[in-house]
Amino acid sequence: MTSIKVELKQHQAEKLREVCRSFGNQEGELINVLHKAQGIFGYLPAEVQEMVAEELNVPVARVYGVVTFYSFFSMIPKGRNPISICTGTACYVRGAEKVLDEFRKQLSIGIGETTPDGKFSINCLRCVGACGLAPVVMIGEKTYGRVAPDEVKAILKEYEND
Amino acid sequence: MNTINLTIDKKPVSVPAGTTVLEAARSLGIQIPTLCYLGLHDLNIENKPAGCRICVVEVEGRRNLAPACATDCAEGMVVSTHNIRVLNARRTVMELILSDHPFECLTCAKNGTCDLQSMAQELGIREIHYQGEKSTYRKDTSPSIIRDVDKCILCRRCEMMCNDFQTVGALSGVNRGFQAVVAPAFEMNLEYSSCTYCGQCVAVCPTAALTEVDHTGKVLRALADPGKTVIVQTAPAVRAALGEAFGMEPGTLVTGKMVSALRELGFDHVFDTDFAADLTIMEEGTELLGRLTRFLEGDKQVRLPILTSCCPAWVNFFETYFADMKDIPSTARSPQQMFGSIAKTWFAERIGVNREDLVVVSIMPCLAKKYECQREEFSVDGNPDVDYALTTRELANLIKQANLDLKQLPDSDFDQPMGESTGAAVIFGTTGGVIEAAVRTAYEIHTGKSLNRVDFKELRGLENIRSATVDFNGFPLRIGIAHGLGNARKLLEEIREGKSEYHAIEIMACPGGCIGGGGQPLHHGDSSILKARQKAIYTEDELKVIRKSHENPAIQELYASFLGQPLSEKAHHLLHTHYFEKKKRKVSIG
Amino acid sequence: MLNEETVIRNRAEGGKTSATQLRIALRNCGVIDPEDIEDAIGQGAYAALAKVLADGDPEGTIRTIMDSGLRGRGGGGFPTGLKWQLSARPQADQKYVVCNADEGDPGAFMDRSILEGDPHTVLEAMAICGYCIGATKGLIYIRAEYPLAIERLHIAIRQARDYGFLGEDLFGSGFAFDIEMRYGAGAFVCGEETALIHSMEGLRGEPTLKPPFPSESGYLGKPTNVNNVETFASVPPIILKGAAWFASIGTEKSKGTKVFALAGKINKVGLIEVPMGTTLREVIYEIGGGLQHGKAFKAVQTGGPSGGCLTTAHLDTPIDYDNLIAAGSMMGSGGMIVMDEDDCMVSVAKFFLDFTVEESCGKCTPCRIGNKRLYELLEKITRGQGTREDLDHLYNLSLVIKDTSLCGLGQSSPNPVLSTLHNFRDEYLAHVDEHKCPAGVCRELIRYEIVPENCVGCTACARNCPVNAISGERKQIHFIDQAICIKCGACLEKCKFDAVIIN
Repeated sequence: MTSIKVELKQHQAEKLREVCRSFGNQEGELINVLHKAQGIFGYLPAEVQEMVAEELNVPVARVYGVVTFYSFFSMIPKGRNPISICTGTACYVRGAEKVLDEFRKQLSIGIGETTPDGKFSINCLRCVGACGLAPVVMIGEKTYGRVAPDEVKAILKEYEND
Repeated sequence: MNTINLTIDKKPVSVPAGTTVLEAARSLGIQIPTLCYLGLHDLNIENKPAGCRICVVEVEGRRNLAPACATDCAEGMVVSTHNIRVLNARRTVMELILSDHPFECLTCAKNGTCDLQSMAQELGIREIHYQGEKSTYRKDTSPSIIRDVDKCILCRRCEMMCNDFQTVGALSGVNRGFQAVVAPAFEMNLEYSSCTYCGQCVAVCPTAALTEVDHTGKVLRALADPGKTVIVQTAPAVRAALGEAFGMEPGTLVTGKMVSALRELGFDHVFDTDFAADLTIMEEGTELLGRLTRFLEGDKQVRLPILTSCCPAWVNFFETYFADMKDIPSTARSPQQMFGSIAKTWFAERIGVNREDLVVVSIMPCLAKKYECQREEFSVDGNPDVDYALTTRELANLIKQANLDLKQLPDSDFDQPMGESTGAAVIFGTTGGVIEAAVRTAYEIHTGKSLNRVDFKELRGLENIRSATVDFNGFPLRIGIAHGLGNARKLLEEIREGKSEYHAIEIMACPGGCIGGGGQPLHHGDSSILKARQKAIYTEDELKVIRKSHENPAIQELYASFLGQPLSEKAHHLLHTHYFEKKKRKVSIG
Repeated sequence: MLNEETVIRNRAEGGKTSATQLRIALRNCGVIDPEDIEDAIGQGAYAALAKVLADGDPEGTIRTIMDSGLRGRGGGGFPTGLKWQLSARPQADQKYVVCNADEGDPGAFMDRSILEGDPHTVLEAMAICGYCIGATKGLIYIRAEYPLAIERLHIAIRQARDYGFLGEDLFGSGFAFDIEMRYGAGAFVCGEETALIHSMEGLRGEPTLKPPFPSESGYLGKPTNVNNVETFASVPPIILKGAAWFASIGTEKSKGTKVFALAGKINKVGLIEVPMGTTLREVIYEIGGGLQHGKAFKAVQTGGPSGGCLTTAHLDTPIDYDNLIAAGSMMGSGGMIVMDEDDCMVSVAKFFLDFTVEESCGKCTPCRIGNKRLYELLEKITRGQGTREDLDHLYNLSLVIKDTSLCGLGQSSPNPVLSTLHNFRDEYLAHVDEHKCPAGVCRELIRYEIVPENCVGCTACARNCPVNAISGERKQIHFIDQAICIKCGACLEKCKFDAVIIN
């Protein structure tokens, strides 16, 4: 997994230590800590994982092993407008793949990637439980239901001035 | 204990509760093939993730096949280990593994000693029906170990050794599904991880995903260079294991044949690391007595226990995890490095060869020795005290390449003066040996009395952590011994918490000590091999005329003509070292 | 937010969409305000817990659950009462009750609906289970992707503590029980109970061999009882109405009701709850309103990625655990995806394998490499490069993966392949022998062609073709150059005269 290098600012480091402390620096709380850390930083760069490892007193290899196991955790920052395309069965049957292809074509990026300007990123997720609206696309908190491939351009246009 | 009755391949068998189907089958002489499973039960080491699925068997009444290695026997169980359903499954699973494995057997480091290769043969694989994408990873070369994870079959043995037994935590399972692999954090180079180069991952790897860095080519080139004088030293544990690579029974001592082979290979002088081991005892023993005397005189500043420092993986370990205590271990260099240092000064001068033209090769049971001889502090103006460290396995390969039949070679003696050694030196090769050797010398020097028995059997064995008290003229010297870094960590943490009751502790990183080193012929999970090697080491000790280091005449002469006294200024300069805090990658705070 | 749709549907139809629906697990969803415990109490919440504690007979309560015939609703169908009994047996200083809310089947969302619509029923059932097996701690392992459910659970736990339904000395019985939350992080395999437990311990969610079962050695090595959300939601009604009542619903071996998530090419999508034994035909045509656009029914996929595709031949089969398995599928968590004539069954199998490949933990060989190879074989077939021999490989590999995988994920992952191979062999043969995709889905196997009789030469197709593969003058018959065509389907969409067809 590639990673973006960052330097943690003093106050960010302190915040992260505080998160670890709030879970009693227990190694069993690793996943909870990582959830919080990703909440703070938006993603989990190597430096954050190293710090978590140190605070919880576990090998950093193990932290990395956990981060790379779960699809919810990411080492790449998401775009300002993260696009999530549901590829659950119901959405698949109703054409999610074509919608996904269209987003990739329009933005020239692949799944799990972020546009160079940091505006959009594309991710797939498995069933948001809105099968009635299939195929479903979420951009940030906003949900688009029954999306057709030829609507993709118009949807992206909504974020033109971001 | 409850007895359980079951039937395996129509044969009834009774086993104690808790026995696995694999063990029960073996007791009947039925061999169920295994791949990921590894059990060194005498050392409490076991790997059974039940992941490879090669050992699956049919258990009547169960819907799916069961992995024999991890399935406990149950009363009335009816097991088939080789029926058609099992054979087809086993072969298909093997084909799957091979479908994601590079076909480089001819140039592979493990060609001929690969568990996967022999399993493919055993299962009669001639064709692979399933083809597709293969996993590809970056090859990673560190000073001691090469990771070529394209060849990883995810048996997880290395991960278990690195985490559970060694508590080093350099390796972890990463990613998932088809991308899953064992790797250091961020898939960084091993060199930048917390790896100690103990090589136990290499020792248990069933394929060539983890191998040693091979230096035989460089040694051959040095031997071929007429301008170089090439000398060799052999570590004590090598002679107790080398024979296995030539089909000899485990535990066969091949000291004399090994010397002949090295001479045939063209080494100008064939010496013994045991010589330097005796030297180590002089320095380390004196250091121990010094600290002890100060302690007995009521000096509150003195640091006890003293820790042995011969094992380079162990040194790497405490430099990484216990750097706050780096004034506790003995400052004595390891025998390999003492040898190199003396060879390139005293001996070079004696034979009138420039340091630059003298090549020192060591034969070691160890992978960390490769890293150790590359440490900057063990070189003079960029010229290392020890040029190349070969493993026992590499030496075996060299001997085979030279078309020498080790079995048929005559016995011969080491060259002088650096080939002279005592029984105390040879037991450096096993857990408990270094401290026993130190006790033999320290006792006589401290008490002024001669020992009427030199065997300290209470210090011997294979238990993970052992302790014993030796009466030093009324003073009870408390000794701790640990092999395996996880066991060492326990003793170290006691010291850090101020709870340690020991005066001296011996630590070796590998299971059984150097006899189980990462550079030895592969034990393939058979701990009886380690026991046989240990026995051979003690036999060699008993056969020696001189069994106490301070009685080694060559050592006595070295001090008289060159070093002066143990811990003299010259000895400090040539035979001692200092330790560094190994920087783990740290978060940079801006 | 997304759930409103389901809830509204339920309300509008007064909790009874059709004579064949019966709500037990979903009884309060859309009926109560899930953030108001008073509302829940008004509907009988915590009365079952009070009864169990007043009875003071944990063994008797376990017997009630056993007698009711309730089986695990998460997929496996293991008898719930028996599971409780096994967890009650060991002596331990600490035991745990775990609620598996890591709903991962794509296309199934009943657990989320229950947690969002009726969180108290889960808390209550967990406390009952805790009392029966001797556990004082409960853990809910929930997907981080369910923020609303998480929030409502937090509110519910807080309110339950305030009311003395969680915490010390419940109902003055001396029994203490409290619940904490643990979050999943996106790994389908964590629905498997040993993987789930490792995940809660902060480890990679890799399953381990059973035995030992969690009932002997689970979370932190302590006896642990794991049940899924829907299973727990069925417990309080059983306590209150009795085992006989529950056992009177359903089939001989599958009692009570089951929630299904209807989706796909069907007119009414959403959650339904029906007695076990209801037929697929009743579900699809009576409750689901039949197929969209009057298309022909082709298959229904049940059980998510672990299940199989059933055909018209199975429409009158009563749905229960054993019948579904006999038909080559399984109950799973209750996903039910309806497919019509436009769906290619090879592609559907490939879709599910794609999911499995992505979600396999990688620990065991057959699942890690075998499923990848299955996927690659299916891809080869959908590209028209498959052979009859590949079908044999597909079959043998599927059987071995089922037979040798470490956990339930791998043991069931070939089901979509085996069931389509069995039920739609003709379609596989069309791909392999004739290099044709009868449903017109597999891109490499179809040709877009212009029917000269229908083409009026309007140029719409040529103007919209992204690669200029279509030639023809205005008012002349147009022609598609197959060498250039990328089969995007734009021409078909734009043609108003039905002149573009798939061949």
